[in-house]
Amino acid sequence: MKISLVSACVLAAALAGPARAANDAKDDYERPYHVEDGKVDQSVYNGYRRYGNSCLQCHGPDGLGSSYAPNLTESLKHMTHEQFSDTVINGRQNVTASQQNVMPSFGHVEDVVMYLDDIYAYLKARSDGVLGRGRPERMLKK
Amino acid sequence: MLRRTALAIALAFSATAGSTVASANDELLKLQKDPNQWVMANGNYASWRYSPLNQITRENVGQLRPAWQFSTGVLRGHEGGPLVIGDVMYIHTPFPNRVFALDLNNPGRVIWRYEPTQDPSVIGVMCCDTVNRGPAYADGKIILSQADTTLVALDAKTGKEVWKVKNGDPAKGETSTMSPLVVGDKVMVGISGGEFGVRAHVTAYNLKDGKLVWRAYSVGPDSDILFDPQKTTEMGKPVGANSSLKTWEGDEWKIGGGGTWGWISYDPELNLIYYGSGNPGTWNPSQRPGDNKWSMTIFARDANTGVARWVYQMTPHDEWDYDGVNEMILADNVEVGGQRVAKTLVHLDRNGFGYTLNRENGELLVAQKYDPVVNWASHVDMKTGRPQVVREFSTGSGGEDNNTQNICPAALGSKDQQPASYSPKTGMFYVPTNHVCMDYEPFRVSYTAGQPYVGATLSMYPPKGEDHMGNFIAWDAGKGKIVWSKPERFSVWSGALATAGDIVFYGTLEGYLKAVDVKDGKELFSYRTPSGIIGNVNTFTHKGKQYIGVLSGVGGWAGIGMAAGLGGDNEGLGAVGAYKALSDYTQLGGVLTVFALPN
Ligand code: HEC
Repeated sequence: MKISLVSACVLAAALAGPARAANDAKDDYERPYHVEDGKVDQSVYNGYRRYGNSCLQCHGPDGLGSSYAPNLTESLKHMTHEQFSDTVINGRQNVTASQQNVMPSFGHVEDVVMYLDDIYAYLKARSDGVLGRGRPERMLKK
Repeated sequence: MLRRTALAIALAFSATAGSTVASANDELLKLQKDPNQWVMANGNYASWRYSPLNQITRENVGQLRPAWQFSTGVLRGHEGGPLVIGDVMYIHTPFPNRVFALDLNNPGRVIWRYEPTQDPSVIGVMCCDTVNRGPAYADGKIILSQADTTLVALDAKTGKEVWKVKNGDPAKGETSTMSPLVVGDKVMVGISGGEFGVRAHVTAYNLKDGKLVWRAYSVGPDSDILFDPQKTTEMGKPVGANSSLKTWEGDEWKIGGGGTWGWISYDPELNLIYYGSGNPGTWNPSQRPGDNKWSMTIFARDANTGVARWVYQMTPHDEWDYDGVNEMILADNVEVGGQRVAKTLVHLDRNGFGYTLNRENGELLVAQKYDPVVNWASHVDMKTGRPQVVREFSTGSGGEDNNTQNICPAALGSKDQQPASYSPKTGMFYVPTNHVCMDYEPFRVSYTAGQPYVGATLSMYPPKGEDHMGNFIAWDAGKGKIVWSKPERFSVWSGALATAGDIVFYGTLEGYLKAVDVKDGKELFSYRTPSGIIGNVNTFTHKGKQYIGVLSGVGGWAGIGMAAGLGGDNEGLGAVGAYKALSDYTQLGGVLTVFALPN
């Protein structure tokens, strides 16, 4: 909790300063979210909800994992955006004599495919430690 | 077992007889009364989970120790518990749904082992881990309801398949987790998939050959739900025509849920089965105006025909996911308001109310909170049977995209499927409970067959200012009062067992098997098994000696919320202990532990 607060401050400062103007395409890609004073943009918020509908029952509250599916806030520290999308679209099975892990494929699920970048943005913000647990607050619409 | 041929002959004669209770029943009717065996998941047809065995007592239980253990080789959540028939113990696992027949004469030796071939994609459509609550026994067969909804009868001696039938379609999100119940010449089984917009049913198959006899849906036209508009009653009145359809808008009933994944009980004298249905369609109430009958309902159905005698909907138009599937305990001569009621049904619902009904006619006798923090309804109106919803905690009243906070209980319920125990000796019910609250925000979802149809985001946490998430309680169902309550760090997700030794057993999510005094809940024994316990405790004798058996292996719904620890925005506001993750206490792995007193 402490760590994420600190990084939230760092980020807030970064966003407030000239860095914001330099918020180019590459940055958007690596940090696909806007979090200010603990408040999130519409994309992150939608991602949070879509996560709740389609992923939470396995990956646990706040992306933190369950007794049988990985903690995605950890996974996104080493997965690229592409690997993430690929896993979600195509799914993954790891069924052996000792493991019965199935990540379903979501390629044909509208509510996931359409909002995949939002889900990624939410999980990435969680993974980068800029967003705490629970329901995020939305920024006021401008 | 010796009587098998006689039974088979009797069965052949009664195969299609409509009105009489068939004779395979006679075997089970007798066996369920034999304390030396444990022949059905909840001990007897009345789902008491009670044993008159009294070698292990309040005085000596402290000396209990493991006699032998057996690893199932499967990691995920192990719900349900062992069956014991004669000298053989039968245990099962979550997906891949192995069944082991273990020799009690040579503890733990495997007589046979069965593992079905199932398409692993079914794992992806199981809502809350791949749990299974165990097989049923009858007439020399072990009957298992696999994850992919295949119902299979195995020869209890050899493990060879006798017949097999498909009860649902996993491509639509229909799966199975429940323990079937054999009544007379029929096997009864339901459907899971309330989070996938399925339309659930209970179906009866011939015990002999697996042929479908009747199927009763939870929602839909009268012909599908097997209602007689004049004879089927709720609160003493006929339900009338189209009692389900009237309470849905448009075609929403076709994806109306009403999961039937809990336990079934049976009263042989009335020839009625009892079970409950789960949540209606999506968790977003705005998408399904109306009472959404008959989701969240207790059903009493004729075992021969499936036709409903009476129903009672506990949570009309659910806004919280309070599935009504928990076990129905059939207790006799319960004193309610100074009067003895010969035949009652006691049900501790997910919604936090403990209900006592007259099980002959569905009359509502008692409806009281069994956890004081329950706040979504102030009380149940005893005239109409309807809960009086507190507006502040109605997740539908604010509409979609509106977050409702501090609702108690959480969607997990004040209690989930983990079955309670009833002791006819004390007249009390011993109940494993959850003590968890939630925020709930509904939002619009579209339905895709075989995909989650949830439509709400939730966060769960212990009640404000408290640091424990479970209680093990003694409940007086006649008065509707908690007699004693023993706090537990985590939800108690294990089925209880009371015995004539004046003790009650249950397991904890950290992995302790505990025994407490029936009188005050004082802890008399605890032993740490290898993993968290979400299984149910049983007891039996072998060569005259009493044993206690339980499966450990953490997981299930409890494993979802608690692997990460419950928490949220309020993290760090005190009550730090409560947020400690379950993973700090236990890891996965299915193990059977059998306990006994030293010789
Ligand atoms: C039915 C359970 C289930 C659901 C629902 C589910 N997942 Fe998974 N997911 C898994 C399992 C199990 C794995 C691990 C598979 C393995 O062992 O290879 C996994 C793996 C992943 C991975 C790879 C993680 C890593 O460290 O390699 C990502 C990313 C992921 N899931 C994202 C999602 C998203 C996003 C959603 C919702 C749209 C989702 N999952 C829904 C069960 C699920």
